[in-house]
Amino acid sequence: MTATSTTPGQAQGSGFEDVTRTDASLRRFLHGLPGVDQVGAESRAAGLGTRSIKTSAKAYAIDLAIRMVDLTTLEGQDTPGKVRALAAKAMRPDPADPTCPQVAAVCVYPDMVATVKETLGSSGVKVAAVATAFPSGRAALDIKLADTRDAVEAGADEIDMVIDRGAFLAGRYQQVFDEIVATKAACARPDGHDAHLKVIFETGELQTYDNVRRASWLAMMAGADFIKTSTGKVQPAATLPVTMVMLEAVRDFRDQTGTMVGVKPAGGIRTSKDAIKYLVMVNEVVGQDWLDPDWFRFGASTLLNDLLMQRTKMTTGRYSGPDYFTLD
Amino acid sequence: MSRIDVRKTYKLYIGGAFPRSESGYSYEVLDSKGKFVANASLASRKDARDAVGAARKAFGGWSGRTAYNRGQILYRIAEIMEDRRPQFVQAVVQSEGLSAARADKVVDEAIDRLVWYAGWADKVTQVLGNTNPVAGPYFNLSSPEPTGVVAVLAPQESSLLGLVSVVAPVVVTGNTVVVVSSYERPLPAVTFAEVLATSDVPGGVVNVLTGSAATVAPWLAAHMDVNAIDLVGVAGEPALATDLEVAAADNLKRVRRAPAAEPDWSAEPGLEPMTAFLETKTVWHPIGV
Repeated sequence: MTATSTTPGQAQGSGFEDVTRTDASLRRFLHGLPGVDQVGAESRAAGLGTRSIKTSAKAYAIDLAIRMVDLTTLEGQDTPGKVRALAAKAMRPDPADPTCPQVAAVCVYPDMVATVKETLGSSGVKVAAVATAFPSGRAALDIKLADTRDAVEAGADEIDMVIDRGAFLAGRYQQVFDEIVATKAACARPDGHDAHLKVIFETGELQTYDNVRRASWLAMMAGADFIKTSTGKVQPAATLPVTMVMLEAVRDFRDQTGTMVGVKPAGGIRTSKDAIKYLVMVNEVVGQDWLDPDWFRFGASTLLNDLLMQRTKMTTGRYSGPDYFTLD
Repeated sequence: MSRIDVRKTYKLYIGGAFPRSESGYSYEVLDSKGKFVANASLASRKDARDAVGAARKAFGGWSGRTAYNRGQILYRIAEIMEDRRPQFVQAVVQSEGLSAARADKVVDEAIDRLVWYAGWADKVTQVLGNTNPVAGPYFNLSSPEPTGVVAVLAPQESSLLGLVSVVAPVVVTGNTVVVVSSYERPLPAVTFAEVLATSDVPGGVVNVLTGSAATVAPWLAAHMDVNAIDLVGVAGEPALATDLEVAAADNLKRVRRAPAAEPDWSAEPGLEPMTAFLETKTVWHPIGV
């Protein structure tokens, strides 16, 4: 990922400069996107959820899912001790089994980034921080940007920003676009190791699949590295159909521009079975290129324990229990 | 024109609901003379897994209730069994081939057994707990605590009295249970599950699987989230019982070993069926603070 100079109001050389110049042209483009067939999308997602993944394919899927987990704790009660324990778990999810892969990242609030970074060291596990007045996104732009810069300076590898859903639903697309572009600029580091930007839509508040598709294109045109469903603080959080609409958007975006964007469903994915349904969908909708922690992530906390229990069941032949894994 | 039979297929009882077996299999239940009675679901290992999950979920709430309340609920089960007495008598006659009078007596004994255990609910701590004399200025108190999720292989011969005699002592002290019924005589267990569903017992406290202990029990014995197992249902099968004990050793389960032959269930049980699934918690508390 190379640093691209960005000025608010301009997309990053992906051929959308005309589209993103004014609010009116953005609206024309986004509302010109084909509508999502709601019934069709839901039945397609449900159909993909019925695939049976067993034995060696299941073992592969479970290990892949573990590698894709963004181990998350976003509570007001988080302490340095708790996030340190979580970081330790991220590096060695199953202390009893050294063959168990480590997770992709640890996701925390910006003030915990330094603590997590110190614990993770050079393990390869990334640090993600939620920023821009997470989870509501209701703050002035300069506060959001300061929030982002804080996290970047503390060493965050990835920034999870929330869009201003109020502005989006009111149709002020240019404002949302400019905020993403500005946050992307705040993710830059002088040495070129920019923090990756994940853009959270909070799809539970976007009301329609059409809006999810529009938000996906808006974020991708503004330079998002990842698009993410939810904060986990609002119900419904990630669902299969919503994730499918977003996967279709990243697929179409790559067809059109050649730029690959990652997808992260977050919130409400608690069982291995659910996770495998998502992996099947990734494979079917966008193909194997996205079956990699660099391009697909799960935002989750309880999911990891279920994956570990399933993994233990597959390696030992015995059903495992929650007594044998840390609580969080 | 003669009426067409209603041929029943009974279901499992897991987490307070009556699901079919995940496997989709069922098997024919015959009466003592070999005549078809009904179909029963044939529980699979995944049903056992689901049942253990349900039992684990119910454990906190059930063990946290007052002993008095658990006694009330056991008594309530006995009341509702009394209401459905004719159905139980018929099930015992069909399953065990007893005369109606003898079956009636068996149902009496089963109901009385529940009432007996219901009475023990708030007394067992007084009998088994203790204040221990220690060499220091401390109160030292021991009290019995439930073990957790208990798998029970119900007796193969005594399909009602035997079932009640192994389930009631486990749940009365606050454990939750996954019980595998008699394979050839599952119908009293099915009716018992229907009673449980309507008698204030929280869902998941008792989970009833009908089917073969030989297929389901190894999964329960090896399950890391099952804390204890009662092997009475494989009485007289020492090879299988040994295998199950070995599997159970993996997470140091408490094992109530299989007897050489099924015991006489009409005898008074004593405290052992309860104490087998209790742990002793001892608390030290300074005196005079």
